[in-house]
Amino acid sequence: MKFAMKAVAFGVMLAGASVAFAQKGEVVKMVRIDPLTGLLGPVGVSQAKGYQFFAEKFSGAGNPAGVKFEVTPIDNKLSPAESLNALKAAIDGGARYIIQGNGSSVALALSDAVAKHNERNPGKEVLYLNDSAVDPDLTNSKCNYWHFRFDADTTMKMEAMSSFIGEQKDVKKVYLLNQNYSHGVQVAKYAKETLARKRPDIQIVGEDLHPLAQTRDFAPYIAKIKASGADTVITGNWGSDLSLLVKAANEGGFNGKIFTYYAGVTGTPTALGTNGAGRVYQIAYNHYNMGGQMQKWQEEFKKKYNDDFYTGSTIRIFEMLGAAMAKAKSTDPVKVAAAMEGLRVQSFNGEVEMRKTDHQLQQPLYMTVWDKASPKFPYSPENTGMTLVPLKEYPNYVSSTPTSCQMKRPS
Amino acid sequence: MEFFIISMLNGLSYGLLLFMLSSGLTLIFSMMGVLNFAHASFYMVGAYVGYTVSRMVGFWPALVIAPLVVGALGAVFERLCLRRVHKFGHVPELLITFGLSYVILELVQLIWGRIAVEFRPPELLQGPVFTLINHSAKGLSMVWGAAPAEMCQAADAAVRLVCSPFPATRGFMMLVAMVMLVSVWLLLTRTRIGLVIQAALTHPEAVEALGHNVPAVFMMVFGAGAALAGLAGVIGGSTFLTEPSMAATVGSVIFVVVVVGGMGSLSGAFLASVLIGVIQTFAVAFDYSIGTLAAQLGVQLSAGALGNTFVKLTLSQVAPILPYLFLVLILIFRPKGLLGTREG
Repeated sequence: MKFAMKAVAFGVMLAGASVAFAQKGEVVKMVRIDPLTGLLGPVGVSQAKGYQFFAEKFSGAGNPAGVKFEVTPIDNKLSPAESLNALKAAIDGGARYIIQGNGSSVALALSDAVAKHNERNPGKEVLYLNDSAVDPDLTNSKCNYWHFRFDADTTMKMEAMSSFIGEQKDVKKVYLLNQNYSHGVQVAKYAKETLARKRPDIQIVGEDLHPLAQTRDFAPYIAKIKASGADTVITGNWGSDLSLLVKAANEGGFNGKIFTYYAGVTGTPTALGTNGAGRVYQIAYNHYNMGGQMQKWQEEFKKKYNDDFYTGSTIRIFEMLGAAMAKAKSTDPVKVAAAMEGLRVQSFNGEVEMRKTDHQLQQPLYMTVWDKASPKFPYSPENTGMTLVPLKEYPNYVSSTPTSCQMKRPS
Repeated sequence: MEFFIISMLNGLSYGLLLFMLSSGLTLIFSMMGVLNFAHASFYMVGAYVGYTVSRMVGFWPALVIAPLVVGALGAVFERLCLRRVHKFGHVPELLITFGLSYVILELVQLIWGRIAVEFRPPELLQGPVFTLINHSAKGLSMVWGAAPAEMCQAADAAVRLVCSPFPATRGFMMLVAMVMLVSVWLLLTRTRIGLVIQAALTHPEAVEALGHNVPAVFMMVFGAGAALAGLAGVIGGSTFLTEPSMAATVGSVIFVVVVVGGMGSLSGAFLASVLIGVIQTFAVAFDYSIGTLAAQLGVQLSAGALGNTFVKLTLSQVAPILPYLFLVLILIFRPKGLLGTREG
């Protein structure tokens, strides 16, 4: 009898324990929908390696929930239509967490599709984790409960960039060259808006939108920029659109400053070479010389893949998910989404917060400049002997921008 | 002024690259009546073979070897495939080249991968060929090679000084295209084989009756056309970018060139490619839109109309579609092309 009592008590305890850690050991299937081919393919391929690398690092004991992360990439050829097919395939394959980042055009389509899916399929909800698409609409007019952004959006980046430019007295004439899609249009819009506010004396001498991922020859644009007399170019271009632009700028003898979002991304460091020293700037939520654990991971990544890791939001996604799953004691996307709202975690550069009102991660931003690598800032992307030297940090309270999001939450 | 010169040279060099491609296409068309859909694929193969060979033995040997390899591939394709379907008429010929372009694309992706490879021009071509110096007081001058830094820095703040280097890769592109143009022209008009080719263009039966091996001439022309595309590939690939979609992007433009210039006309192809290169380059430079045009003509538009997306579209934004607009207009108003001789 005593033994039976003990056995029952033990059984109850065990059951209690297994309830408390119901999620422990579970496999979280995630699918990343991004371009792996085409002109912007190299960026997606490099990021896919990043997910592979950090899924291993953060699985099991690497996260407080004790779950195992599995990330599979699907090629969307940077097309919104292909991405919706990929989303369907991912959901059919059992994935409840969708990651995407490259191309705000794709992000807007996915955010919409995920919301519709969740509305029509209660009990089979999926979460959309956005690691790089920075169109402000995603967390403003088109905000959506199932979408979480881990990058900093264009309003935040432009706020910081224009504050920096505001202090550069030699910047007088600015040229805006961007990709002709949602992201490029927003960069141009907010660049004009914030500069007018912070440095009304700056003249916008020209503005251009070129086709996304199609331009192979930027020489005509460089000739035009030079003819306009601009001393500074602001561009949100990424991948080949930035590396070819920089290459043409070097060849065409453009000596002005270039303010970018993505100077450290695949292909661009090589195109910059030693030519861009002191003239090419990047505003981002991380850089190549963060120090600490991040630096160790970066070195290890380079050794393993002979590639550079730059999409720091990959790490944030795993940190946030791990913390949210531990808090929710579940891997169910509905519970995890609720747990992630307003969640704060310690990341590689201090505390970051997933703002509840619009699901925009609140994080510090860094202004860096392309210059020679030094013992203080040693990490050199693409073995160029150069690095992005940090100039200024914009902490959360500075980089944060208001939102107009009126989020509809599931009742 | 230096903006005009540099833009003109940019346009000319791009146009001449298009000519290198379209000359082979138009030769093949005029001779065999085959609209070779795989022509741009030969351009891509040229770039990739050039990339591989240049890594083994250097860029300059690659410039010779890659076109020869591509030419041989073209000749083999003509001998083994095209000639067999020739007797079934033009549509099967067209379809087989269409199929070939897909086969080549997939093969290239299998061998070299789906993303761009790094095909760098040689040291010699990495700097500028000359630099234009525009001094607001002293006027325009030119220096060969790169200009020394002190010449590009104004000592006086009131002086506007702009240095515009012209990349050597583009200069080389123009040089090769001109050499090619002259040699193809000499070959066609001054040599015996050229006479046979010209005769076979219009009267193949008569040429055959005179004892010439017309199928062999066809094979040679197809191979030579492919080799020219291969040569353009080595130069285009190293100057711009070597990646699997490079065939698709020039493919449609060279058809425009051939149609606009006149099917089968070499001089037409030259004129059309230079024209399209220059138009595309200059279109980027102009910010004129219907709105600004109306303002200049003194037409007052309402605020709503000025905010309209179409009224706001500038010439630089529509630059990518201009060649195709040109194609449609030519087909409507002058179907034989600018310098073409045959109707329809």
